[in-house]
Amino acid sequence: MHMHKFEKIWLTFGISALVVFLTVVGVSAFYLGNKPPSCLTTINVDKVDQTKPFDKPGLHKVEGKDWDYELVYVAAAFSYNPLKVEVPVGAKVKVIATTKDVVHGFEVAGTNINMMLEPGYVSEYTTTFDKTGEYLIVCNEYCGAGHHLMSSMIEVVK
Amino acid sequence: MANSTTAKVKVDPRDAKLSMAHFFVAFSALALGGLMGLLQTLVRSGKWELPWGIDYYQILTVHGVLMGLVLTTFFIMGFQYAAVSRTTGGHSNAARRTGWIGFWIMLVGTLMAATMVLLKEASVLYTFYAPLKAHWIFYLGLTFVIVGSWIDGAAQIMTYAKWRKNNPGQPSPLLSFMAVINTVMWIIATLGVAATVLFQLLPWSLGLVDTVDVLVSRTLFWYFGHPLVYFWLLPAYMCWYAIIPKIIGGKIFSDSLARLSFILFLLFSIPVGFHHQLTEPGIDPAWKFLQVILTFMVIIPSLMTAFSLFATFERYGRSKGATGLFGWFKVLPWGDARFTVPFIGMASFIPAGAGGIINASNQMDQVVHNTIWVTGHFHLTAATSVVLTFFGISYWLVPHLTGRKLTKAMNKLGIIQAWVWFIGMAFMSGAMHFQGLLGGPRRSAFSTYGGSKQAAEWIPYQIAQAVGGTILFIGIILVIIIFINLAFFAPKGEEEFPVAVAENLEEKAPMVFENWKLWLGIAAALILFAYTIPFIDIIQNAPPGSKGFQTWSKW
Repeated sequence: MHMHKFEKIWLTFGISALVVFLTVVGVSAFYLGNKPPSCLTTINVDKVDQTKPFDKPGLHKVEGKDWDYELVYVAAAFSYNPLKVEVPVGAKVKVIATTKDVVHGFEVAGTNINMMLEPGYVSEYTTTFDKTGEYLIVCNEYCGAGHHLMSSMIEVVK
Repeated sequence: MANSTTAKVKVDPRDAKLSMAHFFVAFSALALGGLMGLLQTLVRSGKWELPWGIDYYQILTVHGVLMGLVLTTFFIMGFQYAAVSRTTGGHSNAARRTGWIGFWIMLVGTLMAATMVLLKEASVLYTFYAPLKAHWIFYLGLTFVIVGSWIDGAAQIMTYAKWRKNNPGQPSPLLSFMAVINTVMWIIATLGVAATVLFQLLPWSLGLVDTVDVLVSRTLFWYFGHPLVYFWLLPAYMCWYAIIPKIIGGKIFSDSLARLSFILFLLFSIPVGFHHQLTEPGIDPAWKFLQVILTFMVIIPSLMTAFSLFATFERYGRSKGATGLFGWFKVLPWGDARFTVPFIGMASFIPAGAGGIINASNQMDQVVHNTIWVTGHFHLTAATSVVLTFFGISYWLVPHLTGRKLTKAMNKLGIIQAWVWFIGMAFMSGAMHFQGLLGGPRRSAFSTYGGSKQAAEWIPYQIAQAVGGTILFIGIILVIIIFINLAFFAPKGEEEFPVAVAENLEEKAPMVFENWKLWLGIAAALILFAYTIPFIDIIQNAPPGSKGFQTWSKW
């Protein structure tokens, strides 16, 4: 099978760029720790309210961990609990969330927090809030009639 | 002009009838689905509300099912059936009968699913979203659509196999080869969605089992959900590779490399579904990354495709005496809708593909996942590149099949239609991309999110989407006018079914490309490699199952 010289050059360049790109993505994920949320922890979907930490939704200061706060959310059609929290600016926060019913989204607009909440699974993401302001949490996965009304607010304060 | 004799080759009228049956369903779906799309953009602009208790998520389901499943599957099966007929010398009676059976099963399934959506018994969008539980007739209808498409596709495979038997040692006609690759990919991919519907959703919606494993269902769905988009794309590639060169008066750059790129698509389109599930909690990040790598392998055949297409254009231009680096670009037949309409689609694939690379990258996906950016992305890929190419195909294929001519007026209207589409999509898809980067969610009705400042910034983009959606709907009206004209009113005559030949005819395509045991074996090995361990993990570590929910609004 004949391949034109220019096509060989083109493909060599293209495939090399692809290898560099995938290396960057891979190093970022596994060396720098920028992995997508994959908590791999399960929970009984019918007993969310009785299971730690979801028995106490909201912001909690923690000691002796790599992060300063844990921010716990319980989602159910069509709301998040808590509805509003204040987070001190610069705090390293582990967001921990799950759903009590159907699949929901958990996206904090204007940040990199964006994860799926699936019944039976815990979703986690650790991040630092380094700018003050209001951050809207929206459900970005279709969950029913009130999907577009499902939201919450994080206020990052001094 | 050695081709002037082959140019007169016609699709057998009996085959033409079946292809046209597919196109009537496809274009009806386009008209109705397009109207739903318009209504969605109007609702989301916040300036208008749906009357008579019609629900946003109901029309969203209709739009997704009609455009993503009905329009595409019926058009593709009709086109491929005609392409195989044209390049092999026609289907046998047995293949034709098989094709009709498949067509009717698909149609019955479509009507079953549509009825349940209209009754508000299935506002689950076409991506299902278990544990949302639709009526069992909805799931059964979709099963019929899939099984029908297998039977429909089997007709193409039967005719291909017969041609191979009658022409031992010969590479099959390029278009037939490509059609069979796409059909085979479709069959392998739909095994996933068939599995979740038959073994999970159907027994669950019938009340035979109480709970459903949500992650297993999602994983099976996305095993199908990504190759689905390549199933839409490859028929467009068939046109770009093997038909457009003939339309412009050029040659296929390389028959063998065209076949190789289709084989690479067969291998690398399927074991990649996790890149739709990157932000899901129950899948190991190492397996997610592995499938990200496999996803990016399709960039190689895409680069090959881009090279061959532009090589064909340049060589044709230079043969017409064009000089300079880009002089060939000017001499392309811009007045011919059969070329210009797919070309606009082709050009749109450049930003569309770049957006796809962003979506499938581990970290960047987190910024855009489930935002309306993604909707903007697939309105460039599917709803521009693919659909404009389908329109361009229908402008010669419909009159070819109905024994009519593409008139000058319709040719001109076709070109106008494509520009209207392009402008409408630039507004709509452009605004979707920007709004998505700001965090605006997809699949959502109008909302101010309790007066949030961020959500207020999204509204101007939503208005731009309504403007784009309105322009696009004008585009849909135009294409329906052209389709009806070409099907019923255009003057009788002979319209060519263009089939290009390769530049280098001495070089025969290597027969290894037709070694299905080899390619199916590699495809199966890649799928097993990418899915076996994580799938066993998902099942072994599964949480208790979910009972069903019906959280959407009912009549």
